[in-house]
Amino acid sequence: MKMRILAGTCALAAFALSGLSAVADPADDTLVVNGEIQMITHTDKAPDYIDGLSEQYSGWHFREADTRVMQADDFDNPGMLGVEAATEVWNAVDGSEGKACASCHEAPESMAGVRTQMPSFNEAKGEMYTMEMYINECRAERMGAEAWDWDSSDMVNMTALISSVSRGMPMNVAVDGPAQSYWEKGKEMYYTRYGQLELACSNCHEDNYGNFIRADHLSQGQINGFPVYRLKDAKLSSIHNRFKGCIRDTRGETFKPGSPELIALELYVASRGNGLSVEGPSVRN
Amino acid sequence: MKRQIVLGLALSALAAPAMGATAPSAVSFAEGAVAGSLTGTAGNPEEGMKVISDRGLGNCVACHVISAMPDVAFQGNVGPTLDGAADRWSEQQLRGIVADAKKTFDGTIMPSFYKNEGYIRPGDAFTGKAAEGELAPLLTAQQIEDVVAYLLTLKE
Ligand code: HEC
Ligand code: HEC
Repeated sequence: MKMRILAGTCALAAFALSGLSAVADPADDTLVVNGEIQMITHTDKAPDYIDGLSEQYSGWHFREADTRVMQADDFDNPGMLGVEAATEVWNAVDGSEGKACASCHEAPESMAGVRTQMPSFNEAKGEMYTMEMYINECRAERMGAEAWDWDSSDMVNMTALISSVSRGMPMNVAVDGPAQSYWEKGKEMYYTRYGQLELACSNCHEDNYGNFIRADHLSQGQINGFPVYRLKDAKLSSIHNRFKGCIRDTRGETFKPGSPELIALELYVASRGNGLSVEGPSVRN
Repeated sequence: MKRQIVLGLALSALAAPAMGATAPSAVSFAEGAVAGSLTGTAGNPEEGMKVISDRGLGNCVACHVISAMPDVAFQGNVGPTLDGAADRWSEQQLRGIVADAKKTFDGTIMPSFYKNEGYIRPGDAFTGKAAEGELAPLLTAQQIEDVVAYLLTLKE
């Protein structure tokens, strides 16, 4: 509590004195979760196929000190409550086949590494699949259970559990082969100036990360931290929910979570973060 | 289809410019500048100050610092500070920048405040739903004049 007050005052003072530049940079800080998971939150070099970024930063660097600290310990990270809830669901039998996730996959730790490659091309289905889609494929086709809505708490909690066991591992989505056409489409969207404000993702997250847009400290809009626990909403939020909100903020017509457009955009944005550690569930304001 | 046309008409009647105001599509830019007043009514700098600082209006301080407004919290720095803007630009140039900055700064991130067409997936304000009917520009002609009047007070 004390720390939070201090941090708040410092930030405000710096704001007033410096004409912003001092607080406009990503925080120079390192993230180690629970004293053992070393996170790669910054790299000196983005992948070669990303033209617009020289270095990569996790969104973690752009949050206030008290928010950053929360993510460093699972007892302080409110997103871990979602992970706990999903762990129970993982072990609970559901659906006509009398199975739980655990019946086929044993412990959640068996999912280590999965998040680093999401979304990925599903050969059997012949299309790009996000983690939500793989989860629902298991529920509907292997468990005989009802599919979850994209933004339901069951779904977002389960993506948090599956991400949590990959924390620290670098994102590594495939962008070639069958993924390439999705990647191209996502890239085109990333540079499209949507809405009445005519703003593209790149205007805010490539050209202006580190700057402030009113009270918001702009990050690179990376998705290695998803799902993120947003203090403002007091709940976990999915990747597509965030995309939807950012397009709405351009005074634009958004796309629906789970739409082909947002799936393609997810692949492209994930590839911009290849090399950054999986952080989900992370904490943001 | 018919319904939509009717709706469009109704909306455009609502959003119709005040008597004598130049419609967004009729504004003529010369090297980014707009010569004459959009309304014929002198701008009011105090109103302009409100438009500049209000989140629901121009919200110019989302991107620009204006030291003359110390009470306005959280001024952003995506754009340059507007301190001294009147020393750098003429009234005509400022009117052009506020009406449609892309005519002065090619490809700028700054939104076009007096324009109502040519968008990709325009929304119904910040609802995330598709816009229906004719769009109103982000600011009215008189608000543009008010903002310009305020900017003209920013001398160093
Ligand atoms: C008007 C500016 C603006 C535009 C345009 C915009 N965003 Fe954002 N975005 C923000 C702000 C402000 C935040 C919250 C602070 C931050 O993390 O940058 C944010 C956050 C995010 C985050 C969360 C990052 C994290 O670590 O929590 C992602 C992901 C994101 N944006 C992706 C996108 C994508 C993809 C697009 C284009 C479809 C986009 N944004 C367009 C302003 C914008
Ligand atoms: C999303 C960001 C954004 C918003 C909102 C915005 N601007 Fe700008 N503005 C810019 C940028 C960036 C520039 C610099 C031009 C460039 O290089 O793109 C600029 C340039 C200007 C300039 C010329 C600056 C100088 O002194 O050389 C003026 C004047 C100006 N803006 C006024 C306004 C006013 C008035 C509003 C609101 C009605 C506004 N801006 C809203 C981003 C913005």
